[in-house]
Amino acid sequence: MTAEITNTAACPGCIASPAEPMRPAPKDAQIALSLPGIHCSACISTVERELNAYPGVFDARVNLTLKRAMIKAAPDIRAADLIPVLEGAGYEAHELDPGALSATQSDKAGRDLLMRLAVAGFASMNVMLLSVSVWSGATDATRDMFHWISAAIALPAIAFSAQPFFANAWSALRVRRLNMDVPIVLAILLALVTSLWETALSGEHAYFDAALTLTFFLLAGRYLDYRTRAVARSAAEELTALEVPRAVRLGNAGEEEVAVSELSVGDLILVRPGGRMPVDGQIVSGQSELDRSLLTGETLPVFAPEGLNVSAGEVNLTGPLTIRATAVGEDTSLHRMADLVAIAESGRSRYTSLADKAAKLYAPGVHILAALSFVGWYIYSGDIRTALNIAAAVLIITCPCALGLAVPAVTTAASGRLFRNGMLIKDATALERLAEIDMVVFDKTGTLTSGTPELTNLADHAHADLEIALALAAASSHPLSVALTKSATGAGIKAADVRNVTEVPGYGTEGEYHGQRVRLGRAAWTGGDERSQTSAWLSVGDQAPVAFLFSDSLRPGAAKAVQAFRDAGKDVVLISGDTEGAVEDLAGRLGIQSWMAQALPQDKAARVTELSNQGRKVLMVGDGLNDTAALAAAHVSISPASALDAARVASDIVLLGNDLSPIADACDTAVKATRRIRENFRIATVYNVIAVPLAVAGLATPLIAALAMSTSSITVSLNALRLR
Amino acid sequence: MEVLAYLIPISLFLGGVGLVAFVYTVRSNQYEDPEGDARRILSDEWDDRPKP
Repeated sequence: MTAEITNTAACPGCIASPAEPMRPAPKDAQIALSLPGIHCSACISTVERELNAYPGVFDARVNLTLKRAMIKAAPDIRAADLIPVLEGAGYEAHELDPGALSATQSDKAGRDLLMRLAVAGFASMNVMLLSVSVWSGATDATRDMFHWISAAIALPAIAFSAQPFFANAWSALRVRRLNMDVPIVLAILLALVTSLWETALSGEHAYFDAALTLTFFLLAGRYLDYRTRAVARSAAEELTALEVPRAVRLGNAGEEEVAVSELSVGDLILVRPGGRMPVDGQIVSGQSELDRSLLTGETLPVFAPEGLNVSAGEVNLTGPLTIRATAVGEDTSLHRMADLVAIAESGRSRYTSLADKAAKLYAPGVHILAALSFVGWYIYSGDIRTALNIAAAVLIITCPCALGLAVPAVTTAASGRLFRNGMLIKDATALERLAEIDMVVFDKTGTLTSGTPELTNLADHAHADLEIALALAAASSHPLSVALTKSATGAGIKAADVRNVTEVPGYGTEGEYHGQRVRLGRAAWTGGDERSQTSAWLSVGDQAPVAFLFSDSLRPGAAKAVQAFRDAGKDVVLISGDTEGAVEDLAGRLGIQSWMAQALPQDKAARVTELSNQGRKVLMVGDGLNDTAALAAAHVSISPASALDAARVASDIVLLGNDLSPIADACDTAVKATRRIRENFRIATVYNVIAVPLAVAGLATPLIAALAMSTSSITVSLNALRLR
Repeated sequence: MEVLAYLIPISLFLGGVGLVAFVYTVRSNQYEDPEGDARRILSDEWDDRPKP
């Protein structure tokens, strides 16, 4: 892996030459898994041992910092084979897209910043050594020599390591604007020029060390900032897309697997049980049931007979379906939903971060102060050298060392803490926005509930019925059957001897038990009554059918998260696309007073916008496509890793694990983080208030500048570390 | 003060050695997983011989 990267990097010709049509021999599979649950050395060795023991895996290595495992395996091994292995060992695992991964592995920008940081660091150490000798009493020729050596180190080091600041300042000045980098560059350059001038005239004060430490501290802030954001962004992108990339087309030559983008209207497409509809279409043959929960929030599977119109994104549950495509690509309902998101996003007011607010006040202030002291001293003393020296001192002392560290140090500490709890901050200002919320809107299906049904009335049934039901349910992979099997086997029930079990797609399973026909399935097929609650019916011979009732199981931590928000005095609202009964039931279970059922995607977004217009700061938590517009419209938004791609893209924070409880802690951390940021600004200001008058009065020496700069930067970083 | 003629080059050289060492660690991906590496030294596996 490492060798591959260095090889390509070492051979620019390989990149420059046009890509030849390569036909790679069956290569080893590269699999990347996200492991949100790992946290210690025992986890590392268990995961690596389990993976290495799996036949076909050549090498597995866990990265604890990024909470992921990289696996080299035989070509036929897929992530889906390995995930159950880890789940058996007690670790949650999600597949990552190795394609997106390779882009972040050769992280050029981060390495570049780190190199500059290192050069600035080592140069400033050497120069500081020389400066200390000057401060402690070196005079005359010795002092001049030390200054010249400092200059020889500082000039090339700054030319290399301060390049990011030069580039940023230049691009701001070109469009006639001021940013934080303009005063920084001015301070660095002015310090170098006056110091060179002073050195040439055998002067007493040179600021080479100050220019270098300044660069070093600011680069440290930049690097932290970059790292936090790059890690989060790439990790979010790597969560493999849920949309089907490939589909099975029925052509003249039989079945062929093609990319979804190659499908056109009128194509016949085969969707197997468990598969997702790649396009909008109409069922031409086959019968099944469809899970629409990601699109609409309904938990009840929908019966899908021939002729039904299906939308891209729905999941086929029981029988194979052949559909004729009626809309593909951009025209599908999936994509129309994405348009809604675009509208919602354009309406989101742009949030100005605390750092931007500070920079807006700070940059002009510093320039005016420096210019005033230059003019003042020039008028007073008539000596341009003194005036320039003092202006440089003012710029160096006010330079935003601590300000540059104030925000990144805190966000790094806070993001690190949240990441350890399984949350990924995608947006730089998400923490600040999360700290402001006063209302939480939850989606139901897939967010508060896990989207998998749970049998609720096991105890109501006769033992004999349960044995028959289990025998029938075990033969099917329908979600209700799976739930029934799970709770029946959990209760220690053994399957009855049912023969000739067959699954009738779209209806249920049927078999023979002691000469009687037994059926488990839909109400209409077994002779039961339709109910509003999710149910499956068992009919044995001519006896009256009995109902198995299901409800959506709560996601772990959901009750805790809702309770924590209510305790913190935030309003909690439930908005779902599901039926009234199901929503009311869940709201009652969690103690949520305000709820809204059967909401269309537009309704959800409209409700969130309405609340925002009333001045509420809304946190939206949702996972489905129907939530996407609302996620984008909210002040800040969170989606679980199991959410649909579009929903994850629209949200600011991604929850990596299954557990919802970290959300409430995240709000707490966010509030603390913003408090620390404000404290840091205050600390930085206090140092300036003390040191600036000295500088303006012409009393500042390089020693005072170095002391002020280092102590303020260190205090600010230590304050940020309190968050961890 | 003649001692400076030795000391200054030595200090510069040592600083340079540090810088080169750091560049080497960056190039050989030693900062990919700081947290994991810190924990791995506590594990008993591969104590006797390095991982192949």
